[in-house]
Amino acid sequence: MSGINLVESPLDPADAVYREVVPAGEPWLKALRRGQTLRILDLEGNQAVDTLFYSLERPTVERYSAIDTVQAQGNVYLTTGTRLMSNEGNVMLAITADTCGRHDTLGGACAAESNQVRYGLDKKPMHSCRDSFLRALAESDYGLGKRDLASNINFFMNVPLTPEGGLTFEDGISDAGKYVEMRAEMDVLVLVSNCPQLNNPCNAYNPTPVEMIVWDPPGG
Amino acid sequence: MSNPDATPEAVVHRDTVSGGRYWSMVIRHGFTLRLVDRDGRANVSMLLYNPRNPLERYNMADTLKGQHTSRLTRGNMLYSDMGRVMMSIVEDTAGWHDTIGGITRDADILRKYGEHRYQEYGNDFYRSGRELFLIELAKWGLGKPDLVANLNLFSKVYAGADGVLHFDPENSGPGDCIDLRAEMDTLVVLNTAPHPMDPGPDYAPGAVDLVIYRSPPVLEDDYCVNLRPENARAFANTAIHNCQG
Repeated sequence: MSGINLVESPLDPADAVYREVVPAGEPWLKALRRGQTLRILDLEGNQAVDTLFYSLERPTVERYSAIDTVQAQGNVYLTTGTRLMSNEGNVMLAITADTCGRHDTLGGACAAESNQVRYGLDKKPMHSCRDSFLRALAESDYGLGKRDLASNINFFMNVPLTPEGGLTFEDGISDAGKYVEMRAEMDVLVLVSNCPQLNNPCNAYNPTPVEMIVWDPPGG
Repeated sequence: MSNPDATPEAVVHRDTVSGGRYWSMVIRHGFTLRLVDRDGRANVSMLLYNPRNPLERYNMADTLKGQHTSRLTRGNMLYSDMGRVMMSIVEDTAGWHDTIGGITRDADILRKYGEHRYQEYGNDFYRSGRELFLIELAKWGLGKPDLVANLNLFSKVYAGADGVLHFDPENSGPGDCIDLRAEMDTLVVLNTAPHPMDPGPDYAPGAVDLVIYRSPPVLEDDYCVNLRPENARAFANTAIHNCQG
């Protein structure tokens, strides 16, 4: 599989069963049933959307695994056709459409502590994805916490690797109106942080809202 | 052995882990763990935890993005998710250590190498990286939620321009070693199952020799601390963690 597979979706937002705009700096936690499709729409462009998935049936046992996903497809970038794998080796969701072309799953989420290391010891008070993740999990009733935060997906984020061992956070290749769509292959819990990072180009230094759109399966 | 720091007087313990087995121990601040690829066939899958609060653990993403690298070698530090350095790579003769390749599952071992159960093969039976991690983690009260993206010492995995992953079977040779200096007390959990991308047709994971020795003082011009400003800041955070002994 190559790194970029641009595919448009046939789905019409007018037929969606759920639509919500998530402002930058906010978490979003929602259950998706098997067969439902989730679109994440980059409303204003270059907005990183940090995302984790848990099995709805056994959230503390089975979760999204970046390493298993990369291993299963033999490629570090996510795009149309990528199967999002769990730590138990099961397909959780499949990416069915993608007008951006490349998404990251090695860069992880920002946190107060890692911001300090990366950008300066005075950066600890800045908002971060891990704060949003932990707040959403602490307020929910799924029994999830910091132990359950593993490597996530960064939709719309561009983290190129080189054969010599380079890894950098580059300007995004997303733009206003680009989207990625995925179909749930099991009942899943989706945990999103619409990234508030201001210290690198992952949000073009201007975090902006994204829209979450859900469709039921055809005939379902 | 190129690093002169592991003088006979400094060594406090030696051990060997044969291929396809596990090992764990708390390496205390002030000590260094050397791992030696005895036959040039070793892959050491490793995870790190803070023994006082295992919710703090080795973090692949923070380690890579903090040092702008997908290749771990001398000078690199292994970061926790709490903005601290757990261990520093103070010596490395292999040149590349992997942290994106993951581990094998039982099904991978069965598919690649065939069935080799204890019933038929005794202690030559085949074991997977996941199985070995879960057994050893359980001894510390840890389990599946704590099994995160791991290190694969002595293995080289790199991505082409298109993102496709490649494995370099020539990366490590007999006698190659890596020295990990503990910057804080660190629970090291490791196993020697084959790398999932190892192209060899036979299940033949190599043994690793372990040496624990007293670290020499970390000086102002320390190579790891000064490799990048991020390392200096993460090291400063670890010093705060250690400030009460």
